Amino acid sequence: MGLVTPDYGLLFWTMLSFSILLFILRKFAWKPILLGLKSREESIAKALKQADEARAELTRIQESNRVLAEKARLERERDFQEAKAFREKLIEEAKEEARAESQKMIEKAREIIKQEKEAAKKELYVTVASLALELSEKILRKQFTDTEKQTDYINELLKEMSKN
Amino acid sequence: MKRFVILVILLTNLLVQVRAGEYSLIHSDSIVVHKEHADTKFNATEFIFDHIGDSFEWHIFTANHHHYSIPLPIILYSKNSGLHVFLSSKFHSSDGTFNGFRIEKDGKYKGKIVELTEVGEINNNSPLPLDFSLTKNAVTVIFVCALLCWIFISIASKYKNKPNAAPTGLQNLFEPIILFVKNEIAIPSIGERKHIRFMPFLLTMFFFIWISNLLGLIPIFPGGANVTGNIAVTLGLALFTFIVVNINGNRHYWKDIVNAPGVPWFLKLPIPIMPLVELMGIFIKPFVLMVRLFANILAGHMVAIVFMSLIFIFAAMKVWLGYVAAPISILFSVFMTVLELLVALIQAYVFTLLSAIYIGMATAEHH
Repeated sequence: MGLVTPDYGLLFWTMLSFSILLFILRKFAWKPILLGLKSREESIAKALKQADEARAELTRIQESNRVLAEKARLERERDFQEAKAFREKLIEEAKEEARAESQKMIEKAREIIKQEKEAAKKELYVTVASLALELSEKILRKQFTDTEKQTDYINELLKEMSKN
Repeated sequence: MKRFVILVILLTNLLVQVRAGEYSLIHSDSIVVHKEHADTKFNATEFIFDHIGDSFEWHIFTANHHHYSIPLPIILYSKNSGLHVFLSSKFHSSDGTFNGFRIEKDGKYKGKIVELTEVGEINNNSPLPLDFSLTKNAVTVIFVCALLCWIFISIASKYKNKPNAAPTGLQNLFEPIILFVKNEIAIPSIGERKHIRFMPFLLTMFFFIWISNLLGLIPIFPGGANVTGNIAVTLGLALFTFIVVNINGNRHYWKDIVNAPGVPWFLKLPIPIMPLVELMGIFIKPFVLMVRLFANILAGHMVAIVFMSLIFIFAAMKVWLGYVAAPISILFSVFMTVLELLVALIQAYVFTLLSAIYIGMATAEHH
């Protein structure tokens, strides 16, 4: 068998075997393999797409969470500010009220003192009047006994009165 | 993979048993043992051509001047005596003939089976019967086909049973190669739309050549046959590319052959030079494929065997020279074998790529 002369027997067997091989592999191997590869490729592409979508969704949710949190924070701050203002107002009011009340009480006390003073004055007048009457009575009674003694007595009485 | 290893171990065991009982097995049909004559002068040319050539039996090893080989079927059709099917071991009779046939050792019909006349001369009316023997290479081709069927059908079942699962085992080994053929050979050459139709052909071609090349690098049974370094095999493969290209050639393809665009009219009329050149091109393309694969693989095998022969050539001159040559030769053969491992893949790639390019050219829509 020459090196470069093709041997028809071997050529025949090669072509026959290769045809059968091609037929068998095409039907039972390459078709399922290529289909499998394609389906895997598609499923991977799908999974990647889904992952991308999920990531986008997550970002979206995070963003909305962030916005919500920000909103809540602002609201809380505002509430806090309001509460603070309210408290201050309340305190102010209370202070004002207390001041007014104390003023009122002072006024009242003053009034009472004034009244008491009036009453005391009146009582004093009455007492003085009665004392004067009593004194005059006693003077009048003594007048008739001794003039000198009368004078002394009046002086003594006056001294006593001033003591009172 | 495990099954394959077991197969190899079993075969090796078989050989060992054969060797143990070598005398009892002489003339049996399972493994043939025949004694070589005492003349053992080393003939490098014969040694080299024996190894790269085809053979009617599968020589496994030689021990104590006994050749151990597996007989292969001889299938002959003679005009005179009709169809003959027998095992090659029948030729190991005392005179080397069987049923009026003989493997010629020398002369015009060297290495061929010749038909003899009743007196034992070559029949000059019809010296060569039609020979469709399953030779060593033919058996290896069939073996490669069986191996490929087993590998890829088992892989295919994985894709069927567990679609969308991560690849494992053999599937994991071959999937990148299948994807390489698809993404680096088929799609760039043929195009995204049409490539899928030719994928089975390209994949079969690629793996057949690659596995055959690799098997040829294994020096022991079941490797060792120089399949892709045989021109008949590469001719067969190139013919497949030729058929696929020309069956699928579209209108543009044929039009460009008859009337090549961009060529001055005087090259087409009155003497159709360009159409003739184009017509030759149809045949040159597969011819080049055939020669490239054949020559590359054959050269690789030859160089490796020549390095081995050097040991015996030097040893025949002086024994100590053989000892000196041996390590160098072995180093070079190992280097060649490693290189051939690369060549095995590259040639499979080149053959497939060129086939794909030819298919792409034949099916292209516009220019």
